[in-house]
Amino acid sequence: MDNYPALIVIAPLLTAFLAGIAVWIRERLAYPIALTGLAVSIFSAGKVLMQVITSGTIQYRLAGWAPPMGIEYRIDLLNAMVLLLVSSIAFLNLVASYKSVDQEINDRAGSFYTMYLLFVTGLLGVTVTGDLFNLYVLIELTSLTSYAMIALGDRDRAPLASLNYVFIGVIGASFYLLGVGYLYMQTGSLNMADVANILSGIQGSSTVLTAFILMMIGIWIKMAFFPMHVWLPNAYTYSPIGFARVVAPLMTKVMIYVMIRLMITVFGFDYIFKTLNLSDAVVWLGTIAILSGAVMALSQKNLKKMLTYIIVCEIGYMVGGAWLGNQLGMTGAILHILNDALMTFALFLAVGNMAYRLKKLDLTDLQGLFGKMPWTMAGFVLAAFSIIGVPPTCGFFSKWYLILGAFEAGAYHFAGALIISSLLSAVLFFKVFEICFFEPMSKDHGHGESHSQVVIEEAPISMLFVSGLVSLSLIVAGLYSGTIVNTIILPFLK
Amino acid sequence: MTDLLPLIVAKYNYWLYVILMMIGLYAMIAKNNLIKKLVGMNIFQTAIILFYVSIGYKTDATIPIIQNAHGGGSHGAVIHAADYINPLPHVLMLTAIVVSVATFGVAMALAVRIYQRYQTLEEDELRMRLIDIGPEE
Repeated sequence: MDNYPALIVIAPLLTAFLAGIAVWIRERLAYPIALTGLAVSIFSAGKVLMQVITSGTIQYRLAGWAPPMGIEYRIDLLNAMVLLLVSSIAFLNLVASYKSVDQEINDRAGSFYTMYLLFVTGLLGVTVTGDLFNLYVLIELTSLTSYAMIALGDRDRAPLASLNYVFIGVIGASFYLLGVGYLYMQTGSLNMADVANILSGIQGSSTVLTAFILMMIGIWIKMAFFPMHVWLPNAYTYSPIGFARVVAPLMTKVMIYVMIRLMITVFGFDYIFKTLNLSDAVVWLGTIAILSGAVMALSQKNLKKMLTYIIVCEIGYMVGGAWLGNQLGMTGAILHILNDALMTFALFLAVGNMAYRLKKLDLTDLQGLFGKMPWTMAGFVLAAFSIIGVPPTCGFFSKWYLILGAFEAGAYHFAGALIISSLLSAVLFFKVFEICFFEPMSKDHGHGESHSQVVIEEAPISMLFVSGLVSLSLIVAGLYSGTIVNTIILPFLK
Repeated sequence: MTDLLPLIVAKYNYWLYVILMMIGLYAMIAKNNLIKKLVGMNIFQTAIILFYVSIGYKTDATIPIIQNAHGGGSHGAVIHAADYINPLPHVLMLTAIVVSVATFGVAMALAVRIYQRYQTLEEDELRMRLIDIGPEE
């Protein structure tokens, strides 16, 4: 049974159709079907990761067609790690979503689960594929489902936020497609490994340069890298929480993975850092992204929106780290894909728990939450510490590699931005803690005693369980980060 | 100027697609009406499709169907790849067209939702309505 690479993608795809049909019979059937599909994905991704660690890169030919003509799934250590990450987060979020989807969009729960599966299919496909055009189609599959899912959210603002995302998303995808076109003109191939082979014999072609720049800009738009980030905060804030929890940690991280894949596998380090010499400019952009993301997060009054700006800030970390041009920086960027996905997920799970009970998430609504929802807040504090970069949590270790890489490359401005943004996020989260901890609950004592009697209690056990599990995994990932770097990232970069 | 003109004429397909793309981009950025923006988006995507179609073209080549391949008429006849246009970019564009139609459909559905909620598709009016709903979070 060595069809696991295909099974990772096919399981959620087929179950998406099944769930879509099942909705016509009974709405309730969609949920168990979705769970099964993603469980198969996790299992296959785990198998594939084991296989890659023991016996090296897997090249899987879809339908048996040989690579330059057919589509190839090529799984090395980096893919395998991201695949397991994506499928696990998608599965865990589905467990937590049962209650919140019921509460938020229960009239369209069936279509939610169907689109959720298609979205995860797209993410997994983007990660697994070794074909440039296939990558475009799957990116668009991911984006299309997220446009639709975002529109399921806040009835007043979500459709408009989603439409703005459509416009910008289309520009991003089209730039990427255009870049693939230029690359195809020069090489006549769409398979990543084959293109890399042909490119290594071509020096100083302006067509390749155009292709590279277009593809990078396209991917940057899709990942919301700083000047192109405007779509992200609104789209993620107004989407239903069940979707925000999965799109916030995964979409941007998978796009970072695509960028690293293009840089390492397709164009190659020598081309990017020796021939082009663009790294300084991009590291500066990353620095600006980090600082402006942190500052904009500081000025937000809504918790969910504040966290979306933290995502913008974290993207600066990873893009800057990947473009430092040394092994330490790249190690930090890849480790941060894992860590940032986990900590953003933990943060949004805690926010999801709050949203389940609170309905509104302005910072002033959070007063006294430590007393009301102690477990949720414990998870939130752990995740916040990880974002700040407090040592036992995983956020510290990837930040450490990034800072070491910045010093090695002499990019002191980048190291400075990392430290300043850590301080800013410390300020940010302690502001939230203060509101949640110290200020009393009763702000409208005078009028309507019954109004302030609304009892806020802990979120349902399924949501608490997932939230606790992921928050603890932040510490586990931190403790084992040495193992992760030694068994996965360093062998991959060799 | 004398150098530029032959360059434009020789590579007119690229100039055309860039011009179309810029028209689309302009509409997406500058237009106030959401449907006009959508049309701009479609022009933008079509420009890229035309670009792909044009790069498959070869001078003096024909459609990539080998004549009499099944009838045995081409026994021994040598087939030159240069005699046939490259079908791969065209095939890729079938997929890209599907993607762009799907995107357009989703975007139209969103526009309908917005219109049902606010009775307008003008962006400045929408912005005013959003301010009326409540403070921007």
